[in-house]
Amino acid sequence: MPGTTPPPLHGPSSKEKKYDRQLRLWAASGQAALEDARVLLVNSGPGVVGIETLKNLVLPGIGHFAILDSAAISEADLGANFFLEEDSLGESRAEHCSRLLRELNPDVDGTCITEPIEAFTSDPNALRPYTLILATQSLGPDVLSLLSKYASQTSTPLFYIHSVGFYSHFSLHLPEAFPIVDTHPDPASTTDLRLLTPWPELVDIMKNKTAGLEGMSDDDHGHVPYLLLLLRYLADWRATHEGKAPSTYKEKAEFRDLVASGARTGGAEGTEENFEEARGAVLKSLNVPAPSSAVREVFAAPECVNPTATSSHFWIVARAVANFYEAHGVLPLPGALPDMKARSADYIALQNVYKSKSRADIAEVLAEVRRLEKELGCPTLADERDVESFCKNAAHIKLVRGRPFQIATDKAKIRWGDRAKVAAMSPSLSEGLLGLYIAFLAWDAFEAAQGRPPGAPSNLADNVEFATEADEAIAVSHAKQIVDDLLTEADYPMDEDERTKVDTKVAQYVGELVRAGGGELHNVAALTGGLIAQEVIKVITKQYIPVDNTCVFDGVTSRSEVFGV
Amino acid sequence: MARARWAYLDRVLNRTGPFTDPDWVPGEAPLESLLRAKILVIGAGGLGCEILKNLALSGFTDIHVIDMDTIDVSNLNRQFLFRQADVGKPKAEVAARFVEKRVRGVRITPHCCKIQDMDEDYYMKFSMVICGLDSIEARRWINATLVGMVDADDPDSLKPLVDGGTEGFKGQARVVLPTMTSCIECQLDMHAPRAAVPLCTLATIPRQPQHCIEWAQIIAWEEERKDDVLDTDDPEHVSWLYSKALERANEFNIPGVTYSMTQGVVKNIIPAIASTNAIIAASCCNEAFKICTSSNPFLGTPESTNYMMFSGDDSIYTYTFEHLKKDDCPVCGNLARPLEVNPEITLREFIESLAERPEAQLKKPTLRSEAKSLYYQSPPQLEEQTRPNLDKKLSELVSNGEEVAVSDPAFQIDFKFKLVFKS
Repeated sequence: MPGTTPPPLHGPSSKEKKYDRQLRLWAASGQAALEDARVLLVNSGPGVVGIETLKNLVLPGIGHFAILDSAAISEADLGANFFLEEDSLGESRAEHCSRLLRELNPDVDGTCITEPIEAFTSDPNALRPYTLILATQSLGPDVLSLLSKYASQTSTPLFYIHSVGFYSHFSLHLPEAFPIVDTHPDPASTTDLRLLTPWPELVDIMKNKTAGLEGMSDDDHGHVPYLLLLLRYLADWRATHEGKAPSTYKEKAEFRDLVASGARTGGAEGTEENFEEARGAVLKSLNVPAPSSAVREVFAAPECVNPTATSSHFWIVARAVANFYEAHGVLPLPGALPDMKARSADYIALQNVYKSKSRADIAEVLAEVRRLEKELGCPTLADERDVESFCKNAAHIKLVRGRPFQIATDKAKIRWGDRAKVAAMSPSLSEGLLGLYIAFLAWDAFEAAQGRPPGAPSNLADNVEFATEADEAIAVSHAKQIVDDLLTEADYPMDEDERTKVDTKVAQYVGELVRAGGGELHNVAALTGGLIAQEVIKVITKQYIPVDNTCVFDGVTSRSEVFGV
Repeated sequence: MARARWAYLDRVLNRTGPFTDPDWVPGEAPLESLLRAKILVIGAGGLGCEILKNLALSGFTDIHVIDMDTIDVSNLNRQFLFRQADVGKPKAEVAARFVEKRVRGVRITPHCCKIQDMDEDYYMKFSMVICGLDSIEARRWINATLVGMVDADDPDSLKPLVDGGTEGFKGQARVVLPTMTSCIECQLDMHAPRAAVPLCTLATIPRQPQHCIEWAQIIAWEEERKDDVLDTDDPEHVSWLYSKALERANEFNIPGVTYSMTQGVVKNIIPAIASTNAIIAASCCNEAFKICTSSNPFLGTPESTNYMMFSGDDSIYTYTFEHLKKDDCPVCGNLARPLEVNPEITLREFIESLAERPEAQLKKPTLRSEAKSLYYQSPPQLEEQTRPNLDKKLSELVSNGEEVAVSDPAFQIDFKFKLVFKS
């Protein structure tokens, strides 16, 4: 037939074929971001979790990775690390891991750095080539502090990772402002139909398609899109309720009955499907769409309130959308329409009403963006597609405030800052996994003091008998000290029973950590490598929502928990 | 030092921990059970590759793997034991050889076949079964088989079933102790199938690009190419469906049909990434290791948690809980499962609904009531005899509360449902 676009003769490219299953999640834009990324793994200790993380990044096609590790391959490595071979015993661990990881994906470029971390970082520019850094346990507080400072100064995302026996932990140090537009919310939560504030074109199509509703043939009556039915009954309702829409639950239930009463029964197919849909949508569609707290947080951020010529495009667009919200009392319309029982032409016409309104809103925001850019003297202009994407996702944008993670030493106290109160009063301390996080801090404090992890022989990789009781006692005392310091800083007088519960719990976590003697179990390392790779992908693609900012996994009970520290 | 390689693993085998059972003796015994265990892995795909690697590096030495598939280029973004040069080769074989070569001392026996090709004697040989499958049907089959094998007088007949599944950034890991804890069939409604689009929508009032694609697949192909068997892996077939769908979409002014979407709809593609597979597979193997060595409490211990739900798209969230065994489970329970039905619908409509109802999910059911045969899918003579029932109302065929036995060629057991009339 005339006017149809002929399908392209060629199918997807070979790259599209290889990455098909992931492109369906993060699309070409996410893939391009991955391919631009350069990840540095600063490896230490048994060194499995970092390699497992890289595996999950090499496979989806990250641009470049480098492994910094001066260790030689030990027998114990061969029993825990899949990316090493028998023949390489005694040779550089970084070199062989890097080689075997590269085999996974010819599109990825990988390298290794075998000099000690202290020597490597003595060059202030050594870290410059990397867009994201992963640091594993046992690097020591000095190296961690150096990396943390670098991350803060250069806004380079930094991960700090532990995998010890059945437990693991990672903290994520993001830039101070890390905004996400494409958060991939659940499709069911994104529908914004504006039934309570219809615009003129929507009212027109409603009047047009529901005119003479009562007298319609059964077939016509059963094909009026439910959304127009709701609008029509809303208009009827308002006429008898001083112009007000149903707002309480009771009123909505009453309204729902009103809608249901319009359905014709006894037809060939039972109750009309469109009326069923309308009835089902009453409770969730008749709400005034108010911006979420996450969106209000973006609008209230100083970067949004006072944008400057050097603000990133995100903040200029955020300000324009905030202005739009101020002017109209609603966010720009996303424009998506769920499927509903309707004739094809009616549905498409209705879809176009939503799309046109969405386009008009985007145009208004874009004009505001351009006005702001001119007013502020911005050197570059925001991309139109980014403005469009922001408008369509406006209700679900998210701002993560990155902050440095805690570094335990054998001397200085852990500082909890504005998180102290929340942590001290958290039920997670005695019942959840916050105690496990404290156990990890104690583990680090022990290692900083003793130069080896608790429960481990002086050579970590040796398979020898080792009495752990003394180590456990020291590590538990570190943990008690950390809890003491937290309660003091929070100025929270915990009652004695509660404190006993907390101490018992934390001591158990410490005990289980000491049992592992600094060793990694492959399963927990692999699981944690999966968790971290997901987070790295989210950070690099700026899609989905990353952990803010600390996650622990408990392989004994198979649970995880996330907290802000 | 013979076990120098297992220095890290041995620490948790040789030391007690705060959560180990007071009667547990570390050292020889757990090591022995690890070395003696015979593990069956079902599936050598995204989860399976990870599972094989993890088991080998958990110290297991005797592993079998079953997978009927060959390697496709779209597997390479996560199935890390395969390379470009392996495309077209059997997954089980290539995966087994790779892990054997990389990890010294592990034996992996591949089987390139369907799980249904193996008999009970075969499954009886294993200490545990770990599933990394993308098919609910295969899970239900192995679950029913393992439940059926349990002999109360023979503790060795009880094979723990560890099962993982993923979709995008989400997944789940669960452990079933057949007959003792909630089984895959008890949990069936946790994995409801997507509602099918009514045929009349596809045929007369398409609204979405997906409707046009399904029309091409179900209706246009049948009309124009019914002599060819549709092969959704054949690019020519997919291209044909794509151009048909595009034509139809243009006719109705429906935007959005793409080649990639066509492929996604006709092959029912579920997004899959390496990292989620790594999480779920490792969780399954962590549980398998704990079950085998008793080195810590495990999922599936009766009266404790047996199911971990994982979601990674908004921060990280796990929900670990006990899914309760159901007395009316058609596989491991002994009561008929109640199904609420409208007595006015026909038997045909009821049969169609069985495919979609989350608690049933049966595509080719044969039904018998207590008194008579309602409908037989085969043999042809019985099908013909019972066909007239299809257009009768349920109320003409069964009474309220009557039990109906349902069998389906995909499963070796009968499902018992109690039809409760909706008033």
